[in-house]
Amino acid sequence: MRDRVGPLVDELREVCRQVARRVQLMEVCGTHTVAVFRSGLRSMLPENLRLVSGPGCPVCVTAQRHIDAAIELASRSDVMLATYGDMMRVPGRLGSLERQRAQGATVRVVNSARTALDLARENPDRPVVFLGVGFETTAPATAATVLEADRDKIENFSVLMCHKLVVPAMLALLKVGDVPLDGFLAPGHVSVIIGAAAYRPIADEHRRPIVVAGFEPEQIVRGLLSLVRQVAEGRAAVENVYAAVVTDDGNRVALDLLDRVFVPADTPWRALGVIPGSGLELAPKYQRFDALRRFEIEVGEDEDHPQCRCGEVITGRVEPAECPAFGQRCTPIDPIGPCMVSSEGTCAAWYKYGQGVEGRRGQGGKGRRSGAGEQAAGGRR
Amino acid sequence: MTPARSHERVVIAHGGGGELMGRLIRDHLLPPLRNDALARLTDGAVLPWAGGELVFTTDSYVVTPLEFPGGDIGRLAVAGTVNDLAVMGAEPIALSLGLILEEGLPLDVLDRIVASIAATAHEAGVAIVTGDTKVIERRSTAPAEGIVREGLFINTAGVGRLRRGVCLGVERVQAGDVILVNGPIAEHGLAVMSVRNGLEFASRLRSDAAPLHGLIADVLAVGAGVKFLRDATRGGIAGVLADLSEGSGRSIEIDEESVPLTPTARHAAEMLGLDPLTVANEGKVVMVVEADDAERVVAACRAHALGRSAVAIGCVLDTKPPLVELVTRVGGRRIVQRPYGEELPRIC
Repeated sequence: MRDRVGPLVDELREVCRQVARRVQLMEVCGTHTVAVFRSGLRSMLPENLRLVSGPGCPVCVTAQRHIDAAIELASRSDVMLATYGDMMRVPGRLGSLERQRAQGATVRVVNSARTALDLARENPDRPVVFLGVGFETTAPATAATVLEADRDKIENFSVLMCHKLVVPAMLALLKVGDVPLDGFLAPGHVSVIIGAAAYRPIADEHRRPIVVAGFEPEQIVRGLLSLVRQVAEGRAAVENVYAAVVTDDGNRVALDLLDRVFVPADTPWRALGVIPGSGLELAPKYQRFDALRRFEIEVGEDEDHPQCRCGEVITGRVEPAECPAFGQRCTPIDPIGPCMVSSEGTCAAWYKYGQGVEGRRGQGGKGRRSGAGEQAAGGRR
Repeated sequence: MTPARSHERVVIAHGGGGELMGRLIRDHLLPPLRNDALARLTDGAVLPWAGGELVFTTDSYVVTPLEFPGGDIGRLAVAGTVNDLAVMGAEPIALSLGLILEEGLPLDVLDRIVASIAATAHEAGVAIVTGDTKVIERRSTAPAEGIVREGLFINTAGVGRLRRGVCLGVERVQAGDVILVNGPIAEHGLAVMSVRNGLEFASRLRSDAAPLHGLIADVLAVGAGVKFLRDATRGGIAGVLADLSEGSGRSIEIDEESVPLTPTARHAAEMLGLDPLTVANEGKVVMVVEADDAERVVAACRAHALGRSAVAIGCVLDTKPPLVELVTRVGGRRIVQRPYGEELPRIC
């Protein structure tokens, strides 16, 4: 792999040298953030190329008020709450789902919406609420599950809708415009669903290049190279280096499912506030599966921890190490912000992999610990 | 052994010390595990001793599901404790077996697990000489992942005889030493998580759970150049390397390309969003040896069935501060840390 990636990195250096100024690119998706760290690519990038993480980690962008609603639901003695694993530790105002479970709430970790529906079938006497989190990658599965619940009349099943859309968030970031961005590395898996063409409004209206890439190191470097080349040439186009998997039009079946079951909605994002048209809610025909309606839960406001700067991290305004809590009060063992919880979270990635080995060895800046760390052991599997 | 009919289950009275408990022990535990010390059913086992140094260890096993591809909780409970003795440089002598059964556990499941305990103990050449059985009330909710089943927990303790002339310890580790592992990593943790998460493509993944003392005896026979051994269980090899770096005050550099990992394991880890270095093993040992002896130790491993793909994965360095660094497949570098607590499979 070194033989293929090495020359690409050399080429990237050369193009960055030609640009002769700092180029700031946003990797929208948490999976890219982690892949850049895990593969060691971060330590190989040219000095004038800065990667900032975007609002593409579903755990990190889920509004605290939705976590609070989930916790309120889980605290009802008859409710069984089904959730993806990495939502378990996200702190709300009243603790986390993990803590609720320890206090006796029935919280089940599932790997798909379908498994949550199976729980509802197996437990007809108990309301089963699925915490519907994620972007266009997981939303079609939630839609298909709602259709199945409707068809089979599984009336004890409902969804707490927290699904979000990627493009409206990218547009909102550009509209605020306080973070200088030269382009976007667009996530491979979301793009499989929405298609590369979905990013055209960003390229056309905001004159920013967007390149869709997969998650292998070679893919990522090809994506960055394509972006920096566009910057060098003053172009702003949607390009796709992942064409073997991502088409221009996306997955029609999945998009139809979204259209049938959901309608776009204004939705709150953690620390970004309400972004118009950036979320999904159940279409009128399926509103009886809406957990908030069914349990008459009022969604409150977010009250983020005063020290937490996750909102600025997921919009590229600050790097994790600039947050006073990073690595001090906020660690993966005891997180105060969602970016430290998710395995895809920017802060967790920074903490786990260090800010590149050179930085760690050289300056030993804020929040850096001496290597092996002071982490607690967990329970036996 | 009286084969349990499938409808027979553990009831609270099985732990009551009465006739039912006697039957459970006589019919389901003693026959597969039979040996003279255990058969006496006294309060403890009397073991012969001729001096020397003893190693004593204990470990508890609470894995779910109880049975998974390549093993089960019984095999883990024997292999895990034998391995803890082996990496201390000891030759296992005897194990104890504490069983905690949950009301409702099907007896045929118990029979399969006890048979596996017996088979693994036989494979390891170590006897289970004393034991205890308790029954707990059925818990109303399953612990996690929607797997609803009755529990079975095991504690095993083990004693072993420290091999003469063996001197292992993190303080002996020096710059220039070579780090070896005896085969592909992450298979146990991924096999278990694949079952929990229904990853069908990963059905070829099997737990590597195995007693390693035979392999380790062959390694130690190579000579004094073997300095440190640790079985890489929870926390994976990342956890062992972090301990090693912390304990020795030295840096460790690992070459990702040389770390043995099957393609299936690599894909399963990617699917689950896990770093294979942090995933549990139950049949892998990390070895630190003097550079001059590395080749001979690798050869000794490869001559053993559990070390066929043994390989050097890195070395010890004197760079400061002490860190574990990975030179990645693409030639980049990153820090390797001990994982924290439970690894949670990701959303997408």
